[in-house]
Amino acid sequence: MTMLLDWLLAPLAYGFMQRGLIASVLVGILCAVVGCYIVLRSMAFLGDALAHGILPGVAIAYLLQVNLTIGALAAGIAVALGIAFLSRPGTIREDTAIGILFAASLSLGVLLISTIRTYAVDLTHILFGNVLGVSPGDLWLIGGLACIVLTTIVLLYKEFLVLSFDPVHAAALRLPINLLRHLMLILLALTIVVSLQIVGVGLVAAMLVTPSATAYLVTRRLSHMMVLAAGLGAFSGIVGLYLSFYFNVASGAAVVLTATMLFVLVFLLAPRRGALWPRRRSRS
Amino acid sequence: MVPLPEEPARLEMDHVTVVYGGHLALEDVTAQVPHGARVAVVGPNGAGKSTLFKALMGLVPLYTGQIFIHGQPLGSHHDCVAYVPQREEVDWRFPVTVADVVMMGRYGHLGWLRRPTARDRAIVQRSLEQLGILDLAERPIGELSGGQQRRTFLARALAQEPHILLMDEPFTGIDVATLETTLQVLDHLRDAQVTVLLSTHDLNLAAAYFDQVILLNRRLIHYGPPEEVLTPETIVETFGGQVFWLEPRGEGPRMATASHCCPPEQSVPRRR
Repeated sequence: MTMLLDWLLAPLAYGFMQRGLIASVLVGILCAVVGCYIVLRSMAFLGDALAHGILPGVAIAYLLQVNLTIGALAAGIAVALGIAFLSRPGTIREDTAIGILFAASLSLGVLLISTIRTYAVDLTHILFGNVLGVSPGDLWLIGGLACIVLTTIVLLYKEFLVLSFDPVHAAALRLPINLLRHLMLILLALTIVVSLQIVGVGLVAAMLVTPSATAYLVTRRLSHMMVLAAGLGAFSGIVGLYLSFYFNVASGAAVVLTATMLFVLVFLLAPRRGALWPRRRSRS
Repeated sequence: MVPLPEEPARLEMDHVTVVYGGHLALEDVTAQVPHGARVAVVGPNGAGKSTLFKALMGLVPLYTGQIFIHGQPLGSHHDCVAYVPQREEVDWRFPVTVADVVMMGRYGHLGWLRRPTARDRAIVQRSLEQLGILDLAERPIGELSGGQQRRTFLARALAQEPHILLMDEPFTGIDVATLETTLQVLDHLRDAQVTVLLSTHDLNLAAAYFDQVILLNRRLIHYGPPEEVLTPETIVETFGGQVFWLEPRGEGPRMATASHCCPPEQSVPRRR
């Protein structure tokens, strides 16, 4: 018992581990809650595209020697609004718009990075995350942005719910549909920027999708799905970080693989919908 | 919300033309629908029935013409138009319960940042009761039968307390019990002075249960009471060659049936 307690407490002796854990939990919750809309509206591709779209912003910020997060934020919002602009009704489809901007911004990011001659540690951290390098200032930024995004989602719960479930009804209710769509894209961009430090550009999409998809398998209401997804995301963050500490593996990857393990377990064993149970008779 | 006068005609379409996807979907449609009327919109597939409803909700821009509700142009109203979608338009795997969906009818009355009040919950409860699905309130919509799914969305429209209700093909492939309930709800709506526009392929239902019939095939071909509008000539004009005539043996009315209707509802719903 004492051994287990020691095992759990030992990492907390380090300030970077304390900050890392808080940051992982915040990002786990934030990604999972925002991810519910990503999963329900089949926008996983969009999440991935936005994450990669941030790369040129980061590279430019690095070249100009300004805060990388600010560059990521600007680029994320620019790509989000660019997708909204290109996929206006009557033009090209949204997934096509995403594909074009995704590839273009990724290329621009790679091109800019290739001009940087010195090996850039900070840039690899943006790509793969560096949860153990979270500074107190980073933590305040993550906490503040997470608060803003989560508060917005709670306050506009019913508007986002009806927009996701039935856009025609949202129009009949005279909701400002385009404004809400753009707002959701911006919230997604903020979430991705906040998550970069923890899981990196390459793995943000997994944190958005995996805990939410797990929760989707066992819940029947959006609010329940969000709460459960948040719990799963936070749990994955903690477990992943401990694994990273004791086995000396990359933290972002450990967090994502923990979330994936939970998904696989639930996918196989979920009551009613689990893949291992015999299918219920189809409804007549 | 603009104060809503009782007169003149509740819904007016004035030379409405809609261009949709590069072609003319509706051409020069003019009609006045009086207060509380029950109107069947009849026409073949691709006749612009759904486009007409989208135009009435302000979802598609008008190329020419204007739509007035209570004498005021579309868009100056709150949420007085309700819409019952076709089954195919709904994502049945979305994690919402029947009660959640019906409560969405109240969202327009609630306004931003507000939670449902006891009155909203009472209205939701009453709508569920009226459709006979109160016992299903906490069920996810994906677990319902086809008829129950339709009742859910009709209950949502009732909870919205609309002035104008648009129903897209509500009679296509429903069971007899749901048809009966739907007709009862239509009677209730007439008592409540709600104007109903309903698209259907079913000429016999249109003739039997509706005050007015709009025959639509991109243009408005005829508009009036069913006994005037539904003649062999106008039906052929609307449906072209897609009509079969069933000749009665001996005495009795001649019956028309349009081909190329939507396929009947599958007995096994799509997989969740």
